[in-house]
Order: sequence, then C-alpha cells, then structure tokens
Amino acid sequence: MKVSLSRKYAFAASHRLHSASFTEAENQRLYGKCNNPYGHGHNYTLEVTLTGPVNDQTGMIANLADLDAFVKARVLDDFDHRSINDEIPAFKSKVPTTENLCTEIFNRLHDFPHAKLERIRIEETSKNSFEYSVPATE
Amino acid sequence: MVTLTRKIEFAASHRYHNPALSDEENRRIFGKCNNPHGHGHNYTLEVTVAGDPDPNTGMVLDLTELKKLMEREVMSRMDHRHLNFEVPELKGKIPTCENIALVIWDLLAPKIAPGKLQRIRLYEAPDLFVDVTAGNGART
Repeated sequence: MKVSLSRKYAFAASHRLHSASFTEAENQRLYGKCNNPYGHGHNYTLEVTLTGPVNDQTGMIANLADLDAFVKARVLDDFDHRSINDEIPAFKSKVPTTENLCTEIFNRLHDFPHAKLERIRIEETSKNSFEYSVPATE
Repeated sequence: MVTLTRKIEFAASHRYHNPALSDEENRRIFGKCNNPHGHGHNYTLEVTVAGDPDPNTGMVLDLTELKKLMEREVMSRMDHRHLNFEVPELKGKIPTCENIALVIWDLLAPKIAPGKLQRIRLYEAPDLFVDVTAGNGART
C-alpha cells in the first residue's frame, strides 16, 4: 500500500489567455472571455501531494511546517496577488492556462527535499480542476 | 470494477510528542501540535471499496453493512476520544494523520467483503488529508 499526504493552499492572481501564434480573431474565438485584453483573475486552490515512508520518530511523511515554508517561498510569494502574464517569467512566452500552471508549479516544487512530490492539483474555480503527476518513468 | 465511497466524521483530541526526544526537540519538530494539554480536530474519513456489482443486488457491498463496520471499528474507538490515551492501536505511535489512517486501514481491510478496500482518505482539516491506497508490496 502507499501513503500520501495532501495539503491545500490558496492564491489569487490575474491572467489573460492569449497566444502569439494566433490572430486576434482566432484568440477571440479560442479563448472567449478569457482573452479580454485587460485580463481577469481567479482564486486558485493548489493541492500538493507528497509520498514517502512514514518516519518512525515523527509519524509523518514530511513536516508540514517545512512544506508550508517551501510552498510559500517557491510558489505563493511569486503568484499571490500578481499578474501571471506580467510577473512570472515562465509565462512571458507561455499561455497561463491552468494546465501550464500545473507543470510550472510542479517543476518549482519538484525538489522538495523531505518527501517525493507525487501530484499537483489546481482548482481554477470550484468547477475546473487540473492535475499533473510525476511521469511514470521516473 | 466499480468503487463506492462512504464518509463519516468523528471528533478527537491528540498531542504530538515523542518521549525519545527532548522537550525542546519535540517543540521544534511538532510546533503547536506539541502543546502539553493537547488539542482536537473534526476528522472526516472516506472509505473507498472496489469490486464488481452483484448481479442480483446491483451492489458492490451493502452500504448498511459498511456503515455498521465503520461505526464499530472507527467511531466507537475514536469518536470523542483522546487518541493518545484511549486508542490501544495507536499506543507508542504519534497520532498523526498518517498513523491514524494506517491504523484505520489495518482495522478495516481484513473485514471488508465482498469487495476490497481500495483507499482510506482521512481529512484532519479541510486543507489537509492523507490517503492510504491499495497497492502491491509493503508500505512505502
């Protein structure tokens, strides 16, 4: 059997879905209201899942204080109350869909030193959620 | 294969403290969870059973039976209890969400039939949960 620990975090950020590969009309058609030139925002929920052995001394997969500090430094400090397109370098050239957010945030958290990062799940709204897991070959 | 999930809530108190460590180390590792007087949570437990629906009943297993099992094995042991002092299965273990979920797994897994225990998800708070999931081999 496998044991995993999941912790949820919240951040609020603005974005605009617009791809330089398409014309204005194509962007409009593809992204609809998400292509609004002035952008818009969401309250995102980030769920981080770790796996690993349960430490005999502590009864924990990882200390939550360590995870909280890591997620704050690697993700929340950069993303919370920011414009993703304008303030996160990775999204200068990538469209800030929640799919792309998942991989960006996974890569930012991938080297958490105390347990293995298994999955990232992001809710863009209460209706939309996206997941990215560690590739099976790793 | 189909899975079915049943949810219950229980309230319990606990304290994280490892007697093998100094008081100072305990405070450093466990923070406010090391408060000598303990504290408590409303836990939410989801139990997921996998199996094929019986052609006669259309059920993987009878939900009433699963409810009774969860009442007997989990609620009667843990609800409105102090997990450090009143749950023998947790004796000598720190009652973290990980360890409680593993104890619940061991209590339920051999008693689920028909079907097989697929997953235990234990929420300690809305922003924190542990999954124990069926898989091959030893605990990882």
